Amino acid sequence: MPRISPKTSERLAKILLWGAGFLTVLILAAIVIYVLVNGVSEINWEFLTTPPIGGLSGEGGISTIIVTTVYLILITIFILTPVGIGAAIYLSEYAQDNILTNFIRYAVETLAGVPSIIYGLFGYALFVSALYLGHSLIAGALTLVCLLLPTMIRTTEEALRAVPQEYREASLALGATRWQTIWHVALPAALPGIATAIILSTGRVIEETACLYVTLGGSAAMPRSILSGGRTLALHVYYLAMDTMAFDKAMATAAVLIIIIVIINLFTNWLSQRFRSAYTAMEEGRP
Amino acid sequence: MRRFIDRASRYVVLLAASISFLILFAIAFFIIARGLPAIQEIGLVEFVTGTVWRPGQGQYGILPMIVGSVAATFGSLILAIPMGLGCAILLAEIAGRRARRFLRPVVELLVGIPSVVYGLVGMVLLVPLVRNLGGNGYSVLAASIVLMAMILPTITSISEDAIRAVPRAYREASLAMGATQWQTIRHVLLPAARSGIGASIVLGMGRAVGETMAMIMVIGNSIKFPTSPLDSARTLTGNIALEINYASGLHEDALFATGIILLVFIIILNTISFFALRRSRAQNIA
Repeated sequence: MPRISPKTSERLAKILLWGAGFLTVLILAAIVIYVLVNGVSEINWEFLTTPPIGGLSGEGGISTIIVTTVYLILITIFILTPVGIGAAIYLSEYAQDNILTNFIRYAVETLAGVPSIIYGLFGYALFVSALYLGHSLIAGALTLVCLLLPTMIRTTEEALRAVPQEYREASLALGATRWQTIWHVALPAALPGIATAIILSTGRVIEETACLYVTLGGSAAMPRSILSGGRTLALHVYYLAMDTMAFDKAMATAAVLIIIIVIINLFTNWLSQRFRSAYTAMEEGRP
Repeated sequence: MRRFIDRASRYVVLLAASISFLILFAIAFFIIARGLPAIQEIGLVEFVTGTVWRPGQGQYGILPMIVGSVAATFGSLILAIPMGLGCAILLAEIAGRRARRFLRPVVELLVGIPSVVYGLVGMVLLVPLVRNLGGNGYSVLAASIVLMAMILPTITSISEDAIRAVPRAYREASLAMGATQWQTIRHVLLPAARSGIGASIVLGMGRAVGETMAMIMVIGNSIKFPTSPLDSARTLTGNIALEINYASGLHEDALFATGIILLVFIIILNTISFFALRRSRAQNIA
């Protein structure tokens, strides 16, 4: 085999690397464009405001599905936010290097890698069966809280750690208690980061399927209470594609999903940029 | 009063933090408590090496599903490692500011696309293409390609961080000795970043093993050993999701036992990546 000169291999390598980047863009473009082109034509006011017929029929719209998704987001975020922020405050403001802290860190670290279906299995065993909640919104939401807690804690903790230490020292020097310092100084300064964490969690509720597939039931009807079952947009896509082969409606629902996800991504990027510039301003404000 | 609030709040946030610890404990407890009796009844060896899964006749062997999960995961890694590493090098070393500002959101958006959308596009776009090669299209190959797109962002972003974290002096020393940029990347940066790159691959593997819905949608779910990439198969995750809603008795417990096996896989992978990442960080500080 002839030796390739460094110059040739340099050129070859760069072509391949750009090729990898190009292919990645192509994959994303293929998915997004394919779904939008095939799905958007089905989306109209009627599709968004009529309930699906359900059962083995793929006909109808997605109104009840949208309502269920919104309910699920609200319940999940309502439980997740206080617990997640509380845990993050403990880890960033109070925790000393002891066994309990190390255990908590290990738990957060490990929980983040456990797959969705295992959370589903757990939610099924605990919330659906042992606590007799059945396949319901509350069982799905509690399962989601367990699933999302590690990310919520980590993102919030990072936001709190990014607040300059001088802020806390200034507040403590003025005679504020530790909690007053956290509540009136650290938390407000970390707010954009915490908002990002909440929005990211909302996105995950919308994207998640496996753990909900085994805890939410999958009824297409309008939920009447937190003990009713239901299906989210993502689950609806699954049922339409697998049970009814209604690929046109599945594409339309998937297009709605992709539009929501793109909006969420743009919004979090904007937020984190704002956060970064606010943080640099804090740093520059230092004497 | 404010002293009281100060003291009380400390315990409130400690309680919140302990909940994550409790959840981990509860997950392990519930899955093991439900799955272990099944493993005892069926026998661990019989359960893991049995080749027939017929709950109706009391036969519980998950080897075909283990093979299905492993095959789809390895297929996806073969595709995703060169692509992801290529993107990581491109983002960390070669691309200019403008290209980076375009590529990074693309990678982020790939993470955000729901797994059912991957599954749906796989079903309508990919499966018919694979069908042209033979078989009915619902196959390990289709699953590997879908998984590749899903784990690509993990490999790309963590590898990029690892390459970026290599001290500047390494690059400068290599370039100063007359090495080309590619020689620097290949012989200096990649070896220096290998712990982080290894961690990214193992984490990608964890994501691939745990993926459920997209797999159910494109892999065909038949319970048999895949003998070629064009064969249909079933994953461990798919086995749990497809049957848990109607299973009862020993069948249900056997699905929890499947969860234990899956959890063992994931914990091994997570532990490896945890230590690899720690090593990579320690190296960069040194």
